[in-house]
Amino acid sequence: MLRYTVKRLGSLLASLVVASLVIFACIEVVPGDPASFMLGINAQPDTVAALREELGLNRAPHERYIAWVSGLVTGDFGTSYTYRSPVSEIVVERLAISLPLAIYALSLTILVAFPVGILAATRRGSLTDISVMATTQLGVAIPNFWFALLMVLVFAVNLRWFSAGGFPGWDEGFLAAVKALTLPAIALALPQASILARVMRSSLLDTLSEDYIRTARAKGLTARQALRRHALRNALIPVLTIIGLQFSFLLAGAIIIENVFFLPGLGRLVFQAISQRDLIVVESVVMLLVFAVIIVNFLVDLAYAWVDPRLRSRT
Amino acid sequence: MTLLDVQNLVLSIHGTSVLKGISLDIAPGEICGVIGESGSGKSLTALSAMQLLPEGSDCSGRITIAGRDVLSMREAELCRMRGADIGMVFQEPMTALNPVQTIGHQVAETILIHEGTSKAEALSRAAETLARCEMPQSRFPLDRFPHELSGGQRQRVVIAIAIALGPKLLIADEPTTALDVTTQAEILSLLRRLVDEDGMGLMLISHDLAVVTGLADDVVIMKDGEVVERRTARTLHRDMTHPYTKALFEASGHQPDRTESRIEEPLLKVESVSRDYLLPRRTFLGAHPKMRAVDAVRFEVRRGECVGLVGESGCGKSTLTRAILGLERVQEGSITLDGRDVFAEPDVRRKMQVVFQDPFGSFNPRHRVARLVSEPFHRLNRSATTDEVDEALTSVGLAPKDKHKYIHEFSGGQRQRIAIARALIIRPELIILDEAVSALDVSIRAQILDLLVDLSVTYGLTYLFITHDLTVVRSIADRILVMHAGRIVEQGTTDEVFEAPRDTYTRRLLDAAPKLPV
Repeated sequence: MLRYTVKRLGSLLASLVVASLVIFACIEVVPGDPASFMLGINAQPDTVAALREELGLNRAPHERYIAWVSGLVTGDFGTSYTYRSPVSEIVVERLAISLPLAIYALSLTILVAFPVGILAATRRGSLTDISVMATTQLGVAIPNFWFALLMVLVFAVNLRWFSAGGFPGWDEGFLAAVKALTLPAIALALPQASILARVMRSSLLDTLSEDYIRTARAKGLTARQALRRHALRNALIPVLTIIGLQFSFLLAGAIIIENVFFLPGLGRLVFQAISQRDLIVVESVVMLLVFAVIIVNFLVDLAYAWVDPRLRSRT
Repeated sequence: MTLLDVQNLVLSIHGTSVLKGISLDIAPGEICGVIGESGSGKSLTALSAMQLLPEGSDCSGRITIAGRDVLSMREAELCRMRGADIGMVFQEPMTALNPVQTIGHQVAETILIHEGTSKAEALSRAAETLARCEMPQSRFPLDRFPHELSGGQRQRVVIAIAIALGPKLLIADEPTTALDVTTQAEILSLLRRLVDEDGMGLMLISHDLAVVTGLADDVVIMKDGEVVERRTARTLHRDMTHPYTKALFEASGHQPDRTESRIEEPLLKVESVSRDYLLPRRTFLGAHPKMRAVDAVRFEVRRGECVGLVGESGCGKSTLTRAILGLERVQEGSITLDGRDVFAEPDVRRKMQVVFQDPFGSFNPRHRVARLVSEPFHRLNRSATTDEVDEALTSVGLAPKDKHKYIHEFSGGQRQRIAIARALIIRPELIILDEAVSALDVSIRAQILDLLVDLSVTYGLTYLFITHDLTVVRSIADRILVMHAGRIVEQGTTDEVFEAPRDTYTRRLLDAAPKLPV
């Protein structure tokens, strides 16, 4: 297990290096000068020259890469051109919303999908199964911004249980913050839970038809014991893959929902930075997201090994 | 008193009648062999006794185990009975164990759920049971996972699970079919010993007459959901009266009519061929250790000959086959077909074709037979004419109209005929038969062997017959190559190898092979 972990860590570091090179190269190979791109076509030459100096564009590419990466490692992401404040501060501020929102949405996804998927699989072909399949189909098909607006209409405008949007900040108390994130998290979780429940169901159905389930029943286990002791853990392997993908998506892909609920999250930050041509922010946030995805994949790899002993010994 | 008593068992699944009035009984300490071809209902009879039938089953009649009526038991009673009074061993040891649990845990579970002992006690009894199944703690600690064991070792674990509580009845459904002959012999003698020690009744289900008659006291022959005959195993070959039993015997020892027509000129020449595989590194950036799968193998196949290549799993025969087909390069030596190198001149590969074991997995299920059969024409850069497809199908005993069908519409034997038609269509000189009859029932196997012999005469074919099954190879091959651990340890004419084997491994293999009484 230790050996496996060390190997996965090695590949995590390698992926990070490659990703940083690719991101750096993308900005490097974009035609034209980043400084004049950021300032637009009507910029004064001396403004461009000043920005070039500030960005360190007059140095050789490898020097700039090393400066950028060592900045990332020490937490110095540079200064945003439009906000005029350190990128790290802006990002931390946005992460304080996006990360809890992603975790909240993913927890809801898992809490709903696991029982629903298991229920549908154990009652295959029954009315329960059919209605689960139909509901989840609908959950995947409904655009989540529309569902979000519908929830705003019902729970914020009519029932007044929740506010229609905005985020009070964590200083206002944990419950207030969680409450503000509830509707967005449900909107984000709906399609994800539908997908995950379907994956859980089909994975469990595959597992339940395996020979070792028959062996377990022949030992004298009841159908329920065989499910709990033998099928669930084996069915988890494809489910973990999907959870990993979903977390990465929820972290960065919440932009539409963030807009619907006026949440100042990471998605909106990237969107704004791109439209304002703030390459420094774009570069850093993209790197941060890549980092998050790679970390999540690493955790999923560890979870695989925890579930499946065959991976631990395969070196 | 009888232990298992089945009276007039009728079973239908989703309305289709599968068992039509089965009656059989097993006494304590008795081994009852149940023989039948696929679809005869032998496994479903066993699953009826366990009441582990597929959904949609409707079971009637009477099944008693030690006097208790199984069909009237509630699910909770059945769960108490399964594992404690009846144990069951299945065919496929590779998939019968949970891959994510240790073997100790899986054996101990039987004890835990029935007797509610402490985990430590269950584990120590699991260790004893595994030791009885020749899996001692010293070599196979309880924390091993199934993937760390070979097929034979896994089957011992499955047997340990089944006998952990000393059941009165053990049901073994094709327990050795997926195993090599030498391993098969070990597992069969283990079963014999456990029955003798514990006085269990054993229901041994198999398609293999030789396996059953070698071990069982009584034999029950099943066909299409009915018991057609029951006899004492030792005298079955003399006493049998039912035509189906006689047909099974005939088919098992079937000897196709062949005339030798070989020419001394070599068609395939394999010279000092070696193939290494790289294993994963043991240290970071260290060199890859090598595993020699094929080691300095040399042999010839002459035109018109049928050569049998025999070996157990992992002996290197599949690697060698891939090399001959030109699919994988070798590190040393050369392979020539008709004097031309298979790697340097890929064109020569059109002169050989291959037929694989799995008659379903080797076809694309979405293509019609006409397209499947004409596939080899890709090598010739033209498509097959209707006449060529028709002739190929006719030559293997199918009708030209079959070309419009899909592969799932055919039985296993017919699929294998289609595979042979596909190999024949571009008129190759050499056909490699890679376990081509291993998955077939004996009567179908006999037909396919006859077909192969006919075709070799009609089309002047040469065969390289790769198999683990000694009886088959004896009936069809002119010469035999025995492969062990990557080397050819013995070669000679079929009679020489079978009558006077020189190599110790060959002798071990021949001794282990179950034989039909004559």
